[in-house]
Amino acid sequence: MINSSINFELPEISLYSLNKVSKREFFLKRMIDLFNYHQKNCLEFKNMMYSVNFNGDQISKIEDLPFLPVRLFKMYDLLSVPRHDVVKTMTSSGTSGQSVSKIFLDKNTAMYQTRILSRIVSSFLGGSRVPMLIIDCESTVKNRNQFSARAAGITGFSIFASKRIFALNDDMTLNLEGIKEFIEENSKKTIMLFGFTFIVYQHFYQELLKHKNEFDLSNAVLIHGGGWKKLIDQAVDTNTFKSQFKSVCGLNRIHDYYGMVEQTGTIHMECESGYLHTSEYSDIITRRTNDFSVCEVGEQGIIQLLSLLPVSYPGHSILTEDIGIIFGEDDCTCGRKGKYFKIYGRLKNAELRGCSDTYAEKN
Amino acid sequence: MQKKINYLIGDSSISDLQLLNQNSFEIFSVESIEFLSELSNILLKNSEVKKYPDVATFAFFIRKANLNLLKKNYVNNQNYRIGRGIVFHITPSNVPVNFAYSLLVGIISGNINIVKVPSKNFEQVNIIIYSIKEVLKLLKFKTLFENRIFIVKYDRDSQGTSIFSSICDVRIIWGGDISINEIRKSSIPSKSTEITFADRYSISVINANEYLKSENKRKIATDFYNDTYLFDQNACTSPQSIYWVGSKDEINDAKCIFWSTLESLLIEKKYHLQPITSIEKLTTFYSQAIVNSNIFKTIQINNTIWRVNNPNVLNGVEFYKCSSGYFNEFTINSLEELLPMINRKYQTMSYIGFNKSEIINWVNKSKPIGIDRIVPIGQTMDFSLVWDGFDFVSNLSRQIEIK
Repeated sequence: MINSSINFELPEISLYSLNKVSKREFFLKRMIDLFNYHQKNCLEFKNMMYSVNFNGDQISKIEDLPFLPVRLFKMYDLLSVPRHDVVKTMTSSGTSGQSVSKIFLDKNTAMYQTRILSRIVSSFLGGSRVPMLIIDCESTVKNRNQFSARAAGITGFSIFASKRIFALNDDMTLNLEGIKEFIEENSKKTIMLFGFTFIVYQHFYQELLKHKNEFDLSNAVLIHGGGWKKLIDQAVDTNTFKSQFKSVCGLNRIHDYYGMVEQTGTIHMECESGYLHTSEYSDIITRRTNDFSVCEVGEQGIIQLLSLLPVSYPGHSILTEDIGIIFGEDDCTCGRKGKYFKIYGRLKNAELRGCSDTYAEKN
Repeated sequence: MQKKINYLIGDSSISDLQLLNQNSFEIFSVESIEFLSELSNILLKNSEVKKYPDVATFAFFIRKANLNLLKKNYVNNQNYRIGRGIVFHITPSNVPVNFAYSLLVGIISGNINIVKVPSKNFEQVNIIIYSIKEVLKLLKFKTLFENRIFIVKYDRDSQGTSIFSSICDVRIIWGGDISINEIRKSSIPSKSTEITFADRYSISVINANEYLKSENKRKIATDFYNDTYLFDQNACTSPQSIYWVGSKDEINDAKCIFWSTLESLLIEKKYHLQPITSIEKLTTFYSQAIVNSNIFKTIQINNTIWRVNNPNVLNGVEFYKCSSGYFNEFTINSLEELLPMINRKYQTMSYIGFNKSEIINWVNKSKPIGIDRIVPIGQTMDFSLVWDGFDFVSNLSRQIEIK
C-alpha cells in the first residue's frame, strides 16, 4: 500500500515561533492525517483504532487522540511501510533482561528525523558546525544495522560536528591525551560535548574529578539526554550535575534533552530557564493514570508524546511511563513558544499481590 | 547445613543422613492432628491474629474438628497410607499464608517438611512461625516434631534449592511457569515426585436471570471483590473472563447492576489502582485488539474496572491476562457453549446462579480438558486438600499394600 494521496512532506516552520492557536490547527490536521495513514498502512494499528472506535472526522482537539503505550513497541513489530523499505531498525537501550523497542525507519522518516533534530539543536547551538567531543566510545556506533538509542543519538548529533573525537576508549576509560589535544586545538571556538547523561556523569565527570582544573571547558556546550534514573539513585539531580561540572572544568552551558527512541528527531531541549520545550513538530499531554484524563497545568501526570515525524511506523502518539509536569505554554521566560515541562522520573513497576512467583524475587 | 540458608525453624546442624533416616507418620495421625490443633489454639488466642483475616482463616482450618472431618475422606481400614518422607515446599513470594497451608498438607500426610518461605518480610509469616515455635516448646511435641519441620529463607544465589531438592521425596513448587523451569534445573532423586502449580487462567460464569433475582447483590459484589481485587486479581484463582448466560436483555440489565455495585464497593473500600497498572491494562487491551479487531472497551468512570466486550467467543483469551481489574466479557446461551473455550490452562470456574446439580451435569456431559475447581463466587481462594486437581494427601503419601 503506497499512500500518495496525502502529502507527507514536512512543512517548514520556524522553530518555537507559533503560538498555541496557530500550532493547534496545523498540528491537529497533520496528526489526523497520520492516524488515517497508519490505519490504512498498518493492520495492527487499524485494529487497535477500531477497538477504541476511533474516527478522525470527529476529533476536534489533540487531547482526544488515542495513544499507544510504548510497551507495545517491545511486544510487536509495528510498521506502516513494506519491510523491504526499512533502511534502519532502531532499538531502545533496554537494560539486560528487558525486551527492547524496535522502531522501523524508511528513508523518508529517517530523513525527517535527521532534519528536525538538526534544526532543533542548531537553534540552541547557533547555525555553524562546531568541533564535537563525544562522551562515549567509538565501538558504540560500530554496528550499523542495529541502531541502539545511544548509537542513534551519537550519529544524529554528529551532523553538527565540523570534526569529532570520542572522549572514551573502548573500555570506557578516559582518552586523556586525545581530549587534551582536542581542547587545546579548539580553545578559541565553541565546542559541543554530547553524550548520555549517565555515561557523561559516570565516565566523564567522575574521571575529571581526578584531574580537577586540568581541563578548561568554559567554551563548551554540553548536550546530554537519556534519563536521570541511575543518577537519582546516586542522589545527583540536575542542579548538582550542573554545579559539579562548573566547578571541575568551568563548563557552564548545559542542556539536557528529553526524547524517546520511539520518536527520534523531535527531542525536547532544556532551555536556559531549565525547562524542556516542545517544538512545532511535537506536543506533550500529561494524563492522570486513574482515568487517563488530561492534567491541569502544574499537575503531575504520565506523559503522552505526539510527533509529526513517524510515518514508517505508528509512533506518532505514544503513552510513555514517564512522569512530568507541564508548567505552561508559550510563556516561558526563555522566550520560546510551545509547551514547557519537566520530567520527574518513571512509574514504578507494580508490587505483586497474589500467587505468581516462587523464584523471581527481587532481593 | 549451609551458611547462606537462614533456618527460621529447625536445627541447621542436622545431617542429611539423620533427616533421611526418620520414619514417616501415618496420614492424619493422632500426633499430627494434635500438633496442628495446638497451633490453631495458639494462633486463635493471639490478639495480633485479628488483624490478619488470612491467618485467622488458616487457624480455623486446622482446628481439631475440621481435621477430623477431613480425615474421614481418607482413612479407612482398607488401606494403610504413610508419608512419602521428606517434602520440600517452595512457596510463593506474594501470598504470605500459602506456606502454612503447604506445611499443613505436608504434616497431615505424615512427612518431614522443609519449607522455603518468601524472602520478603510478612507479619503473617512471622506470627505463624512464632506460634509453631511455641508449639514445639511443649515437651510432647518437641520430641515428636523437632526434626520434622524446617522453615528456611534464602536468596536466589544460595545453593538452597539444589541442596533440598537432592534429598526430597516430593517437591512442591507453587508456580509460576518461569520459576518452575528455573527450579527444575535442580534435579530431584529419581524415585522422587513433584507437584507444580503452573500459571493458570480462571473464569466466572453468571446466570443473568438468577443474578437479577438475587436479593443481596451487595454481598455478591463483596464476594467477587474478595476473589479479585483483594489480591489485585493476581491469584490464579481470580476470574479473568466473565461469561454471562441468558437473554440479551437480562444480560444487559445484570451487567449494569453487577458492575455499578462493584464500582461503588471499590470506592467505598478505597481500592488503590497502582498507576502502572492503568498502562498495563491499556497495553493488554491493544494486544488483544491487534488479533481481534472486533473487541471493544466498555466505558467505565475510570481505569479501575476495565471491561473488554467480546462479541464472539474467542480462543486464546487466556493469553491476555492482566491484573487489578481487567475482565473479558462474553455472552453465551448455556454452559455447553463454554466447552470449546476451555483448555488445560483453565483452573477455577466460579459461578453465580447455578445449582450444584446443573454444574455436575455439565461436567459429566462435557468432561472439560481444563478446569480443576468449580466453586460459588466468593470461595475461589478457599483452601482445600484438593488443589489444581491434585489431591495433596494422596500425592504426599504412599500406600503400603498388605495382602
